[in-house]
Amino acid sequence: MAKKVGTEASFAVADAVKLANVDVIAAYPITPQTHIVEKLSEYVADGELDAEYICVESEHSAMSACCGSSATGARTFTATAGQGLELMHEVLTIPASSRLPMVAAICNRALSGPLSVWGDHSDLMGVRDTGWIQIIAENGQDVHDLTIAAFKISEHKNVLFPVMIHMDGFHLTHVIEPIIIMDQEDVDKFLPPFEFDNKLDPHYPVSQGTYAPPHIYPEIKKAQDVALVNSKETIKNIFKEYGDLFGRYYNPVETYMADDAETILVTMGSFSETATLAVDKLRDEGNKVGLIRVRLWRPFPFEELRDAVKSVDSLIVLDRAISYGGPAGPLCSEIRSALYQEKKRPQIISFISGLGGRAIDPEHFESMILHGQEVAQSGSNNEYEILGVRE
Amino acid sequence: MEKYGLYVPKLAPQKEYFAPGHRACVGCGEMLAVRQVCKALGKETIVINSTGCIEIVSSLFPDTSWEMPWMHTLFDNAAAVASGVESAIRVMQRKGKYRDGKVNVVAMGGDGATFDIGLQALSGAMERGHDFIYVCYDNEAYMNTGIQRSSATPYGAMTTTSPPGKKSIGQATWKKDMPAIAVAHNIPYVATASPAYPFDLMAKVKKGAELKGPAYIQIYSPCPTGWRSAGEISVKLARLVVETGAFPLYEVENGKYKLSMDFEKLRPIIDYMKPQGRFRHLTESDLVLIQKRLEDQLQELRDKSNAN
Repeated sequence: MAKKVGTEASFAVADAVKLANVDVIAAYPITPQTHIVEKLSEYVADGELDAEYICVESEHSAMSACCGSSATGARTFTATAGQGLELMHEVLTIPASSRLPMVAAICNRALSGPLSVWGDHSDLMGVRDTGWIQIIAENGQDVHDLTIAAFKISEHKNVLFPVMIHMDGFHLTHVIEPIIIMDQEDVDKFLPPFEFDNKLDPHYPVSQGTYAPPHIYPEIKKAQDVALVNSKETIKNIFKEYGDLFGRYYNPVETYMADDAETILVTMGSFSETATLAVDKLRDEGNKVGLIRVRLWRPFPFEELRDAVKSVDSLIVLDRAISYGGPAGPLCSEIRSALYQEKKRPQIISFISGLGGRAIDPEHFESMILHGQEVAQSGSNNEYEILGVRE
Repeated sequence: MEKYGLYVPKLAPQKEYFAPGHRACVGCGEMLAVRQVCKALGKETIVINSTGCIEIVSSLFPDTSWEMPWMHTLFDNAAAVASGVESAIRVMQRKGKYRDGKVNVVAMGGDGATFDIGLQALSGAMERGHDFIYVCYDNEAYMNTGIQRSSATPYGAMTTTSPPGKKSIGQATWKKDMPAIAVAHNIPYVATASPAYPFDLMAKVKKGAELKGPAYIQIYSPCPTGWRSAGEISVKLARLVVETGAFPLYEVENGKYKLSMDFEKLRPIIDYMKPQGRFRHLTESDLVLIQKRLEDQLQELRDKSNAN
């Protein structure tokens, strides 16, 4: 039986990877990802997980080894954060275009400089266009469930894309909370073995990663995009299957008190749970506020988002990353773009906060929402506003 | 030596794994070496290729010259990708998810991919002890991008980024001793080879494949386009480079050096350099300096070889 235990979110990821009976792990240590890979190393060392743990010499080699492993037909996992994800960047486009399934836990961390080991979404946004499926977790239960689901999504014949599970550095990775750790029998029922059709095998030689001149490159890229967009349906189906089996449902866009809301705050990641406290308080005071959390960042859930905000007057979008000199925070840009063609569209206010691990407390969320409502009423020429910063 | 043409085709394995029809230049010594390497490895082999001439000439989508499973991802990571392949096969065989039996995992790339941009990934893979072979095809510059210097380019050579001029001799540094770097990783097998000596080359590749653990093999690969030499003398250059001491053939098995062949008297370096446009600007005194350096290097190898 699955049982609820007090454990760290990072360990819940490691447990999920063990339950998925992963074959190859290739990872390089980086704060705040280390607890995941340390735990996995222990599992391998103790014989609790029969896997090859490749202690690579860089994240670039971690992702490269993952490509080789997946191409050989092995279930493959890695984990990294911040600068590690940046160092992987060159390699990230390979599994996405070569359609190599794998799962990566990304412990979101701010990017240098100045150096910061603490969390924000700069790294997540930096790899936005590499072609991965990006799923955002909010708490320890999420990371456990979504990591297991991610293997099924990634290896599904209709998908065959690598998947990132994003978890906020420290604010989620290092939190100890009650988490239901899945039972091996249940996971085996849900997650079939990885069967890869084009694996590297001397008896069925295939060439992988051939190069494409202009007469074929655009066709390959369009096919990749179409496949990623289409993967959303399979992702939703797998989320539903997981929910039907285990009672915990996940959605591309999660809503909280949003049905009759006049103002909706939009967030991503672990800070969303803090934001619910502010929403509750404002609701008690008669302020019709709601919350939307974007869970599926790529492929972006356009329809689900439009559906969730169709009757709202104003949206306040919180980003935890800056698109320097750009139109708004990256999440807000996406939302403005998603709603631009709508006949009735809300006012959309872009706030950036919580950079480099700076906490956003419930009272900060409360004042953020109130300030957003003020701006929505009075209007502002600001593309975006960076909040909670000493002037 | 002239009889090679008669008996090599008879004694070497007939089966080709690198099909003709690829787009390499006329007289390419690298593709000759690739064919020999593949013949030595045989069917049970997976090739991981870094970006470079070999990859470009052999894999223009949707064509492929590879009759072995072959994978290319990037320029700088072939050894790391091979680590993943080798580990995957090991664990899946253990779990009964992959056919039993030895599979040769071979990573290959040019000198730029090996000496320079992929050195870290190669060092990591050698240090971790993966059971794989790394083959460096050394044509002594970045040929695929248009003959830019690498750290494998020999002293004095003209490349497009080490052009000789009023204030430049051409390449101003000496060739990096990459086999010594491989040896420093304490791996079971390191060797140099030349396609002008196909049986020596194939025996070394076979040995590298059979020994458990990492093997590093550096193969001299004449490049008529980049060296400004005639295509029909590529094999001759691949022999002259050995006979002049510019690329000694040796192997290092478990740290023990052994020269594969030696010469009582080296041919003068001019014999090797003269047919190549990349050395045309060098003066008599430059050649004396180079000759001295090569002789010293060969003597060092002899000393190491004799110490065993």
